Amino acid sequence: MTTELFIQYLMAGITYGSIYAIVAIGFNIIYNTTGIINFAQGEFVMFGGMIAISLLQYMPLPLAIALSVAITMLIGALIEICFIRWLKSPSVLRMIIITIGISIISREVAVHVWGESIRSLPYFLGNEISSIPVLGARISPQVLWVVAASALMVVGLGIFFKTTSVGREMRACASNRKAATLCGINTQNMVTLSFILSAGIGAVAGCVMSPITYSQYDMGTGLAIKGFTVAILGGLGSSGGAVAAGLLLGIIEAFSVSVVPLAFQDAISIAILLLILFVRPQGLFGSKEAAGLSEF
Amino acid sequence: MKKFASKLLMAVMAVSLLAVPALAETIKVGAILAVTGGASFLGGPEARSLEMMVDKINADGGINGNTIELIIKDSAASPEKAISFAKQLIEEEKVLAIIGPSTSGETMKIKNICQQAKTPLISCGAAEVIVNPVASYVFKTPQKDSFAVKKIFMEMNKLGISKIAVLAGNTGFGKAGKGQLLKLAPEFGIDVVEVEVYDKKSNDLSAVVAKIKANKEVQAVVNWSIVPAQAIVAKNMRQAGWDVPLFQSHGFGNIKYVEAAGAAAEGIIFPAGRLLIAESLPDDNPQKALLMAYKKDYEAKFNEPASTFGGHGYDAITILAAAIAEGGNDRDKVRDAIENLKNFPGTGGVFSFSAEDHNGLDIDAFQMMTVKDGKFVAYTGK
Repeated sequence: MTTELFIQYLMAGITYGSIYAIVAIGFNIIYNTTGIINFAQGEFVMFGGMIAISLLQYMPLPLAIALSVAITMLIGALIEICFIRWLKSPSVLRMIIITIGISIISREVAVHVWGESIRSLPYFLGNEISSIPVLGARISPQVLWVVAASALMVVGLGIFFKTTSVGREMRACASNRKAATLCGINTQNMVTLSFILSAGIGAVAGCVMSPITYSQYDMGTGLAIKGFTVAILGGLGSSGGAVAAGLLLGIIEAFSVSVVPLAFQDAISIAILLLILFVRPQGLFGSKEAAGLSEF
Repeated sequence: MKKFASKLLMAVMAVSLLAVPALAETIKVGAILAVTGGASFLGGPEARSLEMMVDKINADGGINGNTIELIIKDSAASPEKAISFAKQLIEEEKVLAIIGPSTSGETMKIKNICQQAKTPLISCGAAEVIVNPVASYVFKTPQKDSFAVKKIFMEMNKLGISKIAVLAGNTGFGKAGKGQLLKLAPEFGIDVVEVEVYDKKSNDLSAVVAKIKANKEVQAVVNWSIVPAQAIVAKNMRQAGWDVPLFQSHGFGNIKYVEAAGAAAEGIIFPAGRLLIAESLPDDNPQKALLMAYKKDYEAKFNEPASTFGGHGYDAITILAAAIAEGGNDRDKVRDAIENLKNFPGTGGVFSFSAEDHNGLDIDAFQMMTVKDGKFVAYTGK
């Protein structure tokens, strides 16, 4: 394999990987505060992209993206308030089924609002054919936007959870909900906040990836499966794990092209998911004790 | 006397009231189309074209006074749904004929069902297997994929291209196209040096483009897939700084994909029906008048650009309407009427059906096209 080809595969892998990582982090934020997997996470990504595309007719690109992220966050909050908040000590299974229902409803809403056609945001810089040479390989400038946005969000979330008091309250909720309630933290608001946050980062991902992958009403399901694989691979609840696992899966997928037919790409990620669930159910980077404590 | 006259008049009126429904019947026509789901870019325009044409036929007084009742079932491109809808339409609704399904895969699943129930089926699927071998009740309106492949290879021969890479989506359309490409390549002295199949949901193909780009022998790429992959292939190739000619299938025939691929769509070469370049056809072309009319009506009514796919639906309903005018509400007579239809201009070409040819189009139904300044134009070579 030539260096050029190696770099090309690597960059493709990093592109997919960053997107998977963001979706996985969205899963983790909600998992940490509620103990459930929100299978509507992929729909947040879809809404982010689609809303921004619609808004673009009326305003410049940065404003459309900002407003779209805000609207998607509002949708996240509404979903939590309407479907999750009023449940009295629901079982994990029940909440998961609810999120699957929300994901189906979101897709149906999207197909009625936007139709079935593919849309996309324009490239943030350059156009469909512009590329930047990197060590002999060529990549689209949009790839840099995806990687940069992902990195910024990971760092930003880290700072938010470590230094702000709201962030600490959310972490307290994550480690022990009952104890957090006893300390006077309004855990229900924290759950709402976690939906808002994960909707927000999903929407950002939906916007930055839209020029590369296009947006379509049913794009969420595939992303949710990949994101879920990555979240499990990295250890549920761990943001750093999600980033590492996301990049790992993305790069494995990209390099797999050189060995097996492309159509098996998804089979590879599902095989990895199964393997991890059999061999290391706590994930590559999760600890066994933490996994033992969680409900799911 | 006056009283008798008025009674007589009333009696006549009563009889005529009874007689009216018997004279003008409602003819039920079923349609199974992928209005939503992965093939909605086919089924959506097809369903809209059918509705538009049926409304028009009924507004003009129906066919020989009989109105058409169109029953559209949305299969969402699922073969299982197509099967159950086909049974429902035949057994419960007792339709005269079925239009669709939109995809080749679904069509193959219901081909035998319609054949056994002796119900004419006019498919909007592209694959040749739908009409080869011929099933006496099964027809199709889109041009055969083998003609598209031959047209592409003929163009390659002219351009002096002999070593190509083939990319295909893992749909029924992609698989059938790949099969035809590999089968027909030797006839034209063309070597297929790289073959890759990708998932129809793939949203980035830069890795596979990098792989085939590394093979320096490749002189051109043929991509056989449905959206969005065909736009993504174009983008990834140009982003990789690779400028060999990119050929696409006749599935590229919708200006939306050109918009989706943006600057990367420039110079893509593909075969398609003449609908896309209707304006620039010479006036004596037998298709021109109807292409312009269909395009104008469709675009005015639905506020979206007409595509060749909607045209397949248009062709199916106009062919069926012509057959109903001949055979009435009788499945066997309508079947015979379709088979005997000759020199019937449609959007896909000029149809001449026969007992052996249930597609009715020849290779000239295709025209090589390219994209220039974001618009479709006839391809005239280098």
